[in-house]
Amino acid sequence: MIAFIISRILQALPVMLVVALISFAMFAYVGDPVSIMLGQDYTEAQRAALVAELGLDQPFFVQFARFVGNALQGEFGLSYRLSRPVAQLIAERAPATLELAFCAAALALLVGVPMGVYTGLYRNAWLSRFFLTFSLIGVSLPTFLIGILLILVFSVWLGWLPSFGRGETVQLGWWSTGFLTWSGIKALILPSITLGLFQLTLIMRLVRAEMLEVLRTDYIKFARARGLANRAVHFGHALKNTLVPVITIAGLQLGGIIAFAIVTETVFQWPGMGLLFIQSVGAADIPVMAAYLLLIALVFVTINLIVDLLYYAVDPRIRSGFGAARGGH
Amino acid sequence: MLARALDSDLWFSFTRSPVTVASAIVALVCILGAVLAPWIAPHNPFDLASLNLIDAFKPPAWTGDGDATYPLGTDDQGRDVLSAIMYGARVSLLVGICAVLFATILGIAIGLVAGYVGGTVDSVLMRIADIQLTFPSILIALLIDGIVRAALPREVHDRVALFVVIFAIGISAWPAFARTVRGSTLVERNKEYVLAARVIGVSPLRIMASHVLPNVLGPVLVIATLGLGGAILAEATLSFLGVGVPPTQPSLGTLIRIGNDFLFSGEWWITIFPGVALIAMVLSVNLLGDWLRDALNPKLR
Repeated sequence: MIAFIISRILQALPVMLVVALISFAMFAYVGDPVSIMLGQDYTEAQRAALVAELGLDQPFFVQFARFVGNALQGEFGLSYRLSRPVAQLIAERAPATLELAFCAAALALLVGVPMGVYTGLYRNAWLSRFFLTFSLIGVSLPTFLIGILLILVFSVWLGWLPSFGRGETVQLGWWSTGFLTWSGIKALILPSITLGLFQLTLIMRLVRAEMLEVLRTDYIKFARARGLANRAVHFGHALKNTLVPVITIAGLQLGGIIAFAIVTETVFQWPGMGLLFIQSVGAADIPVMAAYLLLIALVFVTINLIVDLLYYAVDPRIRSGFGAARGGH
Repeated sequence: MLARALDSDLWFSFTRSPVTVASAIVALVCILGAVLAPWIAPHNPFDLASLNLIDAFKPPAWTGDGDATYPLGTDDQGRDVLSAIMYGARVSLLVGICAVLFATILGIAIGLVAGYVGGTVDSVLMRIADIQLTFPSILIALLIDGIVRAALPREVHDRVALFVVIFAIGISAWPAFARTVRGSTLVERNKEYVLAARVIGVSPLRIMASHVLPNVLGPVLVIATLGLGGAILAEATLSFLGVGVPPTQPSLGTLIRIGNDFLFSGEWWITIFPGVALIAMVLSVNLLGDWLRDALNPKLR
């Protein structure tokens, strides 16, 4: 087990290094931080002093090492646009994005898996057909259009739910949460549906396909022949064996949720990291972009690592020879 | 001979699937409407002289207050929504096709080299593809767009923005092509015709380009069709976020973003109709791609 974890971490390290290198290259070569920081009027001496102070006259690898060292301490410098420490900006906005992503992922799993099981078990029921048609819409509608349509129906026409912002938030230490106020929860509903719908339909289709496959296998027939109750066969035997691919896809989709949070946050003016990132792209605010890139890479690498470990926990076949851990699916 | 037989098979399976025929018709209408926009659009949305603010915010023609010359209504500047959609679809389609072409060429080249040369080159190239595949492509496109935006001065950037978007979406999509081409190349590499070509001293570059390439193109066609829908969506998403094509050449995504501001004052048609056009275009292309994948897959025949 420990050897497995270590080998996975060793595989993740180069990815992080490459991303750090890209981030650093953005910092060092895109735009000219010195002239941005100095403003319009400066003497050559002032410029040289700032270059020396920032360490820009050092060799490439010294600068890179310093960048990585700073990044490890959460130090990314000042935002060009807002003139505030990047780490502070991101920390302020992380709770909004994480709460949104959590709600979207919970929605996708808690609704998607049961729908998938149902459509897999009762293939020809009219409700199954309805779910399948609905999932086709979920897959082909772009995220931002789903958001706009939801706003049109539930905010503009019906006036039930707010269309922008987080509502009232409660400060718990440095974490601001929208879960504790009624307006905060109401504000979460539409963005969560927008963000989770694609993942929901994907998980539903996947669970359905896997259920159909598993239900045909011999051990299910055997379990039925033994006279086990339907419930035990469906949930104890069938569903359990669909879990490996579901965990993979759901895990990888969690990364997708964070990426598409950028779109959802723009539609709903949700004050999270995605909105910060898109505003930084628009303003060419390199420090924020570089920090966000590193953070997202870290999230993705961690998710991949957790997915691998879950594999290990769920599928006993992997434990016998972890070299081929990814071979099956 | 073989190509002909395949063609007739394809045609047969095409005519037997009503959904495919329907999506082909929708796709054709979208493409024709986009390509022929300057000739068949009822108005020219870019001709400032013909715009009249009195015509602003006209609802669609069938709603009573509408005006028959503006079938889908007008926007805040009195621009005909239908014409704007047709011109917008032109930009969307152009960016989508160019981005997919770029990704295809890049992916084929990398995949051929990785599969044919093998060894370290192969593992390095595929490792890069793996790393890139862990990140959602929209994030990569956003990032490339952001870097270019930061690297170029504003005036220059506005002029090349269209190419930047094409480049960004293309770069974000190449690994899918490279992987497929590499896989097929690995199979083809050890076949006798390649060995024969090698024996008579044909250069590796020529073997890759004129012997292996034609035999790995089938799956590429499928990915390219499915990729076109994705690329159009990616462009729309970037433009919706305000970092895609410049506002002087609005695509469908830009139109949706502009219309989004008027959602609350009740002018829903400014944003909904471009949205419907986008969905029609992407859905029909995706359904065609699905059909092509099944029709070209010998296992399903």
